[in-house]
Amino acid sequence: MQKINKRKLMSGNEAIAEAGIIAGCKFYAGYPITPQNELIAYMAQNMKKRGGIFIQAESEIAAVNMVLGAAAAGVRAMTSSSSPGISLKQEGISYLAGCELPALIVNVMRAGPGLGDISSSQSDYFQATRGGGHGDYFTPVLAPWSVEEAVNLVMLGFDIADYYRNPVMILADAIIGQMMEPVGSFNKRQFRKKIEPKDWALTGAKGRPPNSIKSLFLQEGVLEQHNKKLKKKWDKIRKNEQRFFIFDTEDADYLVVAYGSQARISLEAVNILRKQGIKAGLFRPISLWPFPIKGLKKIAENVKKVLVVEQSLGQMVEDVRLCLPEKQIYFLGRAGGGVPSSGEIVKYINRKLL
Amino acid sequence: MKVKFSRPKSLNDIETHYCAGCGHGILNILVAKVVDELGIREKTIGVAPVGCAVLAYKYWNFDVSEAAHGRALAVATGIKRCHPDKVVFTYQGDGDLASIGMAETVHAANRGENITCVFVNNACYGMTGGQMAPTTIVGQKTITTPLGREPESGEGWPIRMAELLSGLKGVCFSVRAAVFNPQKVMQTYQYIKKAFINQIEGRGFSLVEVLSPCPAAWRKTPLESMKWIKEEMVKSFPLGVIKSG
Repeated sequence: MQKINKRKLMSGNEAIAEAGIIAGCKFYAGYPITPQNELIAYMAQNMKKRGGIFIQAESEIAAVNMVLGAAAAGVRAMTSSSSPGISLKQEGISYLAGCELPALIVNVMRAGPGLGDISSSQSDYFQATRGGGHGDYFTPVLAPWSVEEAVNLVMLGFDIADYYRNPVMILADAIIGQMMEPVGSFNKRQFRKKIEPKDWALTGAKGRPPNSIKSLFLQEGVLEQHNKKLKKKWDKIRKNEQRFFIFDTEDADYLVVAYGSQARISLEAVNILRKQGIKAGLFRPISLWPFPIKGLKKIAENVKKVLVVEQSLGQMVEDVRLCLPEKQIYFLGRAGGGVPSSGEIVKYINRKLL
Repeated sequence: MKVKFSRPKSLNDIETHYCAGCGHGILNILVAKVVDELGIREKTIGVAPVGCAVLAYKYWNFDVSEAAHGRALAVATGIKRCHPDKVVFTYQGDGDLASIGMAETVHAANRGENITCVFVNNACYGMTGGQMAPTTIVGQKTITTPLGREPESGEGWPIRMAELLSGLKGVCFSVRAAVFNPQKVMQTYQYIKKAFINQIEGRGFSLVEVLSPCPAAWRKTPLESMKWIKEEMVKSFPLGVIKSG
C-alpha cells in the first residue's frame, strides 16, 4: 500500500491527478474545460516539481496527440477533459488503439449534446464503451463512484493500459470530479499480471533494429490480420477485466443497476427501501467496458425485476437488456444535468416495480 | 579507390512507392544523409505525416512514428519532451502542416519546441490526386480549382509558412529551399543539416520549407515540373533564409 502523504481532503479531479503522478505518469497534456479544471491545474502545479512533464496544449486534439507521442516514446502518459473535449480527442484515441499504445484518458462527463451544460451527466456511455472514434476498437472504461476509488482506478487503468498496450478511459462525472472526500492509502498492486518492458518504444535505434509506431497497413489482407490480432486482445480483456461491486443482493427481489455518482445515490435508495421492508439490492459496474456480464447474470438470477438508473436518457440500460434478456428491465434517467435522487428512485420502485 | 557517393546508412535499400520525378525521393535521401553525417542515426526519431511520405518509416533506418493528419508536431512534441537527448524531426507536406495541422504547427513553433521540421511544399495534396492546398499558387489548376486558384472568389492566397513562422520568438531558423537543380539540392541539404544542428545545440524550432515537384498531380513531366518550380513557384515562394538566430 502506498500513501498519498497523509489522509487528506481532495476533490475527485485533484485526486485523479495525484494518483496519476503516483502511478508513474511522467507526461500530461491537457486543455482547459469545465468541470475538470482542477485536474489540469493540479498537474501544472505538481508535474514539473516531481520530475514529470506538463504541457497546456493548444487544443484537445493536440493534447491527445502529444500523449500519443509520449506513449510512443515509452512513457506513462495521460490527458483529461470533459465531454465536448473528449469528442475532439477521439481521433487520437483511435490512433492510440490502432498503434497499440498505452495511455490514460480521463473524461469528467458533463451534459450534452453540443456545448450542453457544465453540470453532471452520464451521457458519454455509448461513446466511451463503443470505441468512440473511427475503426474497429474498444477502450477499457473504468467508472469510479468515490474520490478514493478514482485514485485506485487511475492506478489500475495505467496497468491495464500497459499490459494490453491499449488506451484506457476513466469515466467520471462532474459530481465525482468536483466533490471532496478524504483520500488516504491506496492499493498500488491491484493488477497482478506481469507488465513486459516496452521494447517496442521509440528510444533511438541504438544496438537494435529500428522501431516504428503505426496503424497503417496498406497491403491486401494485412490490416485484416492486424484487426484479428486486436480482436484477440479485446476478447482477452473481455474475459479478464470485468469488475463490479454489489450491495445487499443475496436475497434481493429488486436489483438497481447504476454506476459512478448515480450508484452512490442508488445505494442510499436501496437502504431506504430496505427500511421499508422492500428487498432491494445494488449492482454497480466498475468496468463499463468490458461490461460485467458474468457478474450481472449471476447476481440477477433470482431477482424479480431490474431498475437501471442513469444520468442520461438510457445508455447503459441497453447493455443490461442485452445481458438479461429474460428479465423485466425498467429505466429511470434524467438528462441535461438532472440527477435522479434517492427519493425519486424509491418512489419509482414503489410505484412501477412492486 | 575512394568511394565518393554511397547509399546513406540511414536509408534502407528498398524500392520506394514514390512516382517518377517526385521530390520525396531526393528529400528522403537528404534527411538520411544529414543523419549519417551528424552521426545521430541511433538517437534520431522521425515523425512521418499523412500524405505521400506516410510510408517513410519503411525507407529510413531509424525509429519513426506515424502521426494523424496534421498532428506530426504534436506527436513530436510528446516524443521530444520525453527524450530531450534524442534528435526528433517531423517530415510533413503542405496539407498536413499548413492546413489541417496549422494549429499544431504554429503552437509547436511558438513554444519553441526543440524540434526540426522538414516541410515539403508541392503546392497540392499529392496523395489524394492533386487537390488545392493552402500553398497552391494563384492561377494553379488542381482537381478542386479546375479554373485555377482564384483568391478573390473565396479560394484564398497561398500561405507562406516560412515567413509566417519566422515571426514567432520560438523559431530560431526558418528557410525556404527548392530541389529543381543539383545546386539547389545541395543547398537544401545544407539547410536541413543546419536545422538538425540547431536542435542538437538546443536552439529551438527550425523550419526548412522545400519547394518540391509533384509531376503526377501537376500533370507535368518530371523535367517540366522542375522548370515550373524554377520559373513559377518561386515567384510566390521566394527562396532563401528568412530567419536565422
